[in-house]
Amino acid sequence: MKRIEDLSVKNISWLNSNSYVLELSGTKAIPDILPGNFAEIRVDHHPGVFLRRPFSYLDVDEKNNSISFFVKVVGKGSRKLGTLEKGELVNVIHPLGNAFSIPDNKKVLITGGGSGIAPFIMLGRELKSRGNEITIITGGRSSEDILFSEEFKAYGEVLCTTEDGSLGEKGILTEHPIFTKDNFDFDLIYTCGPEGMMKAVAKIARDKGIACEASLEHLMACGFGVCLCCIQETTEGNKCVCTEGPVFNTNDLKW
Amino acid sequence: MVDLSIKIHELELKNPVATASGTFGYGEEFTDFFDPGALGAIFIKGLTLKNRDGNPYPRMAETASGMLNAVGLQNKGIEHFIENIYPAIKNYNTHIIANVNGSTVEEYISLTEKINELDHIPAIELNISCPNVKEGGMAFGVSCPSAIAVTNAVRKVYDKTLIVKLSPNVTDIAEMALAVEGAGADTISLVNTFLGMAIDAETRKPLLSTITGGLSGPCIKPIALRMVWQVYQAVKIPVFGMGGIMNAADAIEFILSGSSAIQVGTANFIDPQISLKIIKGIEEYMERHGVENVKELVGALED
Ligand SMILES: Cc1cc2nc3c(=O)[nH]c(=O)nc-3n(C[C@H](O)[C@H](O)[C@H](O)COP(=O)(O)OP(=O)(O)OC[C@H]3O[C@@H](n4cnc5c(N)ncnc54)[C@H](O)[C@@H]3O)c2cc1C
Ligand SMILES: Cc1cc2nc3c(=O)[nH]c(=O)nc-3n(C[C@H](O)[C@H](O)[C@H](O)COP(=O)(O)O)c2cc1C
Ligand code: FES
Repeated sequence: MKRIEDLSVKNISWLNSNSYVLELSGTKAIPDILPGNFAEIRVDHHPGVFLRRPFSYLDVDEKNNSISFFVKVVGKGSRKLGTLEKGELVNVIHPLGNAFSIPDNKKVLITGGGSGIAPFIMLGRELKSRGNEITIITGGRSSEDILFSEEFKAYGEVLCTTEDGSLGEKGILTEHPIFTKDNFDFDLIYTCGPEGMMKAVAKIARDKGIACEASLEHLMACGFGVCLCCIQETTEGNKCVCTEGPVFNTNDLKW
Repeated sequence: MVDLSIKIHELELKNPVATASGTFGYGEEFTDFFDPGALGAIFIKGLTLKNRDGNPYPRMAETASGMLNAVGLQNKGIEHFIENIYPAIKNYNTHIIANVNGSTVEEYISLTEKINELDHIPAIELNISCPNVKEGGMAFGVSCPSAIAVTNAVRKVYDKTLIVKLSPNVTDIAEMALAVEGAGADTISLVNTFLGMAIDAETRKPLLSTITGGLSGPCIKPIALRMVWQVYQAVKIPVFGMGGIMNAADAIEFILSGSSAIQVGTANFIDPQISLKIIKGIEEYMERHGVENVKELVGALED
């Protein structure tokens, strides 16, 4: 069940010049949160930011009643949230949306670009606990954008691409040689990031007959299914990304 | 105890706070946040005769103190509503009011006839003001003859409370209000969204797939308030006022300008519990000002 509550800023740690982890905590037990779910965060006292901002959970710490988000600064709201002081209250509606599917004992590939890596810390942990063999590939502009490699290493093989070649393979994510290997035999691919990247990953998956789940980041006004602003065309008509997504099987999308 | 109840035509509202069509779904989406039975009324999402997919994505652009939407009346049609949604919401302890849309007068009539058979819907809101559809919608609400024609036609087939929702995209709102009052409206609601537009300077592209869309939120409040006041002075029938109401003070301003009851729209997206807070805030205001009955505040603007 979704709820609305004030949580307080526990910590903000900057990871590079344009992204940080926002940790919020409350006094009540946090709700059940699944990998892929997101929260709608209200950005108060900032002229120009009117609507809430959606963010996927980066992680959940049940012991300390805290949740965290990986936020990339792209505009006024994401910038403002990064300037909050410890102890300031933030109003949150959560948890929202559906979740990634978690198979047992399969071979899976996780592909994340930019802020799209956020949901994969929780997903990786869950996949690992269910006996899956995991490969994670992240893409960015330069080495500065390649984050959470240590965390991901605990789940399986970690690969990366950078556009300037400063780390890993040079190029965009789907140019990584892994995609052209003969033994590219995954059972399921997960993707989250810029839409162009997700479409390219989905195409590879479709061509190879592999199931693929993408987490979409559409513009949202409400986040809980009432405004109908966040729609995605699917084979079954328009679907709401906030309630019927954000995770979709890419074969169902009109991409 | 202050008395928040108000009668609008034949509708007895327990309080003057309702939620605006298209911003509260069918009420079901809010039950995790509060009991919709606390509301004076719920104006449910716009209905059409047939399924409508609405406009392509992107349909929303944030603006300074508001938002533009170009949803385009996405809904699964009246039959789907009657079979799948109505049974779940008909016993809410509040009035469920249907928002009726058509692209021709005939469509408005057929849809109204179907809704007329639903015992738990005591009123309809005739939407002649949707700016986001190519045919019908706002076209009916921006000229007096067409507004009169559709209101007249629906009045002939509908005996319950008929609310006509006006478009603010007109030169003389009072003239429109008088026209629909003359054509048989029991109540008027206003405003629907203002036609607006947003552009991304970097890409030189419009931010909405439809280029133009409907503006709502606090940025429209002063204009909406002025229009409600003009309509209140022009007509004898009661008015449902709305447009950018974000808190109890805003709601009271609308009541003072002549709204018998108000509707909360876009604010529901930012705080889904806002209408409850507004009900409470109105109550506190009345206690503070020694007002026993909310009716005393309607149009009670002082010089
Ligand atoms: C389900 C979901 C999960 C998300 N998870 C994360 C996450 O974990 N970490 C993260 O950093 N971001 C995430 N996003 C994107 C995030 O919501 C936007 O980056 C944020 O809303 C931008 O707000 P702003 O005020 O900083 O930008 P604005 O000033 O509003 O806009 C600046 C730029 O950002 C773009 N933008 C605005 N909203 C979005 C959006 N919803 N998606 C993509 N671009 C947008 C605008 O088009 C504009 O070009 C997620 C989005 C969704 C829908
Ligand atoms: C996303 C969205 C969808 C809407 N859909 C409808 C609709 O279906 N029918 C209607 O009469 N008005 C619709 N409206 C208009 C609102 O009911 C209301 O008239 C308008 O938003 C002004 O009030 P506000 O500023 O409080 O939102 C919609 C508004 C928004 C923002
Ligand atoms: S964001 Fe409002 S319905 Fe999805």
